Amino acid sequence: MNAFFDTLVSRQDMIQDAFIEHIYLSFVAVAIGIAIALPTGVMIARYRRFAEPIIGVTAVFQTIPSLALFGFLVPILGIGSPTALIALIIYALLPILRNTYAGIVGVDGSTIEAGRGMGMTRTQILRQIELPLALPFIMAGIRTATVLTVGIATLATFVGAGGLGDIIYRGLQSYNNSLVLAGALPVALLAIGFDLILKWIEKRATPKGLKT
Amino acid sequence: MIRFDKVTKRFPDGTEALKDVTLDLPARQLTAIIGPSGCGKTTLMKMVNKLENPTAGAIYIDDEPITGMDEVKLRRSIGYVIQRIGLFPHMTIADNVSLVPKLLNWPADKTDERSKELLQLVGLDPAVFMDRYPLELSGGQQQRVGVVRALAGDPNIVLMDEPFSALDPISREQLQDELRHLQQEIHKTIIFVTHDMDEALKIADTIVVMKDGQVEQIGTPQQLIDEPANEFVRNFIGTERINQKRSFGDRRLKEFVFLFDKDWAGEAEEVEAKLSVSDAHQLLEQSGKPRLAIIDEGTLVGFAGERELLRAALYDEKEATA
Repeated sequence: MNAFFDTLVSRQDMIQDAFIEHIYLSFVAVAIGIAIALPTGVMIARYRRFAEPIIGVTAVFQTIPSLALFGFLVPILGIGSPTALIALIIYALLPILRNTYAGIVGVDGSTIEAGRGMGMTRTQILRQIELPLALPFIMAGIRTATVLTVGIATLATFVGAGGLGDIIYRGLQSYNNSLVLAGALPVALLAIGFDLILKWIEKRATPKGLKT
Repeated sequence: MIRFDKVTKRFPDGTEALKDVTLDLPARQLTAIIGPSGCGKTTLMKMVNKLENPTAGAIYIDDEPITGMDEVKLRRSIGYVIQRIGLFPHMTIADNVSLVPKLLNWPADKTDERSKELLQLVGLDPAVFMDRYPLELSGGQQQRVGVVRALAGDPNIVLMDEPFSALDPISREQLQDELRHLQQEIHKTIIFVTHDMDEALKIADTIVVMKDGQVEQIGTPQQLIDEPANEFVRNFIGTERINQKRSFGDRRLKEFVFLFDKDWAGEAEEVEAKLSVSDAHQLLEQSGKPRLAIIDEGTLVGFAGERELLRAALYDEKEATA
């Protein structure tokens, strides 16, 4: 135990940098993932015949083991954080896309018809009815994607993108268990922390009238 | 007035929901469209606000064809109450009711005033209900809000698609009564789709009976009962119901004072409250006036037209069977 604290103190700078890198990677990946998946989800909910193929493609990406995906990307994109980001974005897509789609499609048809019948335009229906009602689902998707990304970002070290994976990898190579722990523990805490924060936001995002 | 001119609707799967329907629906009256499921009654109604478009034929509102009208604008000028309540669960009652006025860009104070006034009209205290959410209300209260929401933009036409069918019998009766009273105040052109003949007979000024995409008969409740156009209409109303409603009760008018209107501005024939309902009905027909003014020991207790007497007769029958 003492060895672990000694490591924390002596490698403080390195761990801090890796921690910040890790958050940066996860954050940017999820943000870009949302920017892509949310509009796509809205679109495939409107043009449903595209839903199956597009969700299918993202699902296939999801099944590729993460280490293998990094491996595929290196010959194409070389090493560095762009490669890591692209891999992470690909993983973030499916949960957000699928939940956005399911959330919007799940809005009661008669509610939407009421909106149409009252003279709301499609955009008004989307913004005032469909998105607010789908918001809890969308937030749940973002939460899943974030936790997933924080975990997978540990592999970014293999393409030279840094992050807490660096610390873990270094520890493994030098048989330094304390160092492994010094990398693994922050990752776990980060994942749990994000999960809790997003869970809280998810609750807040549930429209008031639906909480009974 | 709403006119359907040789309207046919064929769905992509080949089913013909409406077959060459020509029909005039009177303005400022409550018209019930009734028929078994699949008869095209909902399709007919949805054509008025272009939720469905005819395959052939045309629809006119006040002699103007709606084909060329902008559908969003048209819908904002027509109230719409749907079958399964259809309030937006994430919006407060105030937001739900003020939706159409906001779409129409009414000033905020006018919208607010109108919402409060309408809620009051259906017996929901604005101070209590404005900030609540739909799921906090009972089914009957929710559908009252549904009706109010449809009226908020002050439309001339209101479409109602089996609005009370999901309610329990007691709330349903209450809402039917309220709708009738409301209509006496607002005089909108209401199109009310239902499959419940009792409901249609109770609330409608005019009833359109449909079957297999065609109109079998159009007439007042009394006309339908007195002269059903064919076997289908007779069966749909039910022979039993016809006989019951034709024989007005022997009980006295004074027992049904609660059914009668308190105000009436038009002509009325004075009658004594001790008369039987059937005698009163006869008198009403002979007088040629629209209403009877009912006098109980020198004081006026209410006004009754044909429909109120019908209801008194119906009430009679219900109590006897209870």
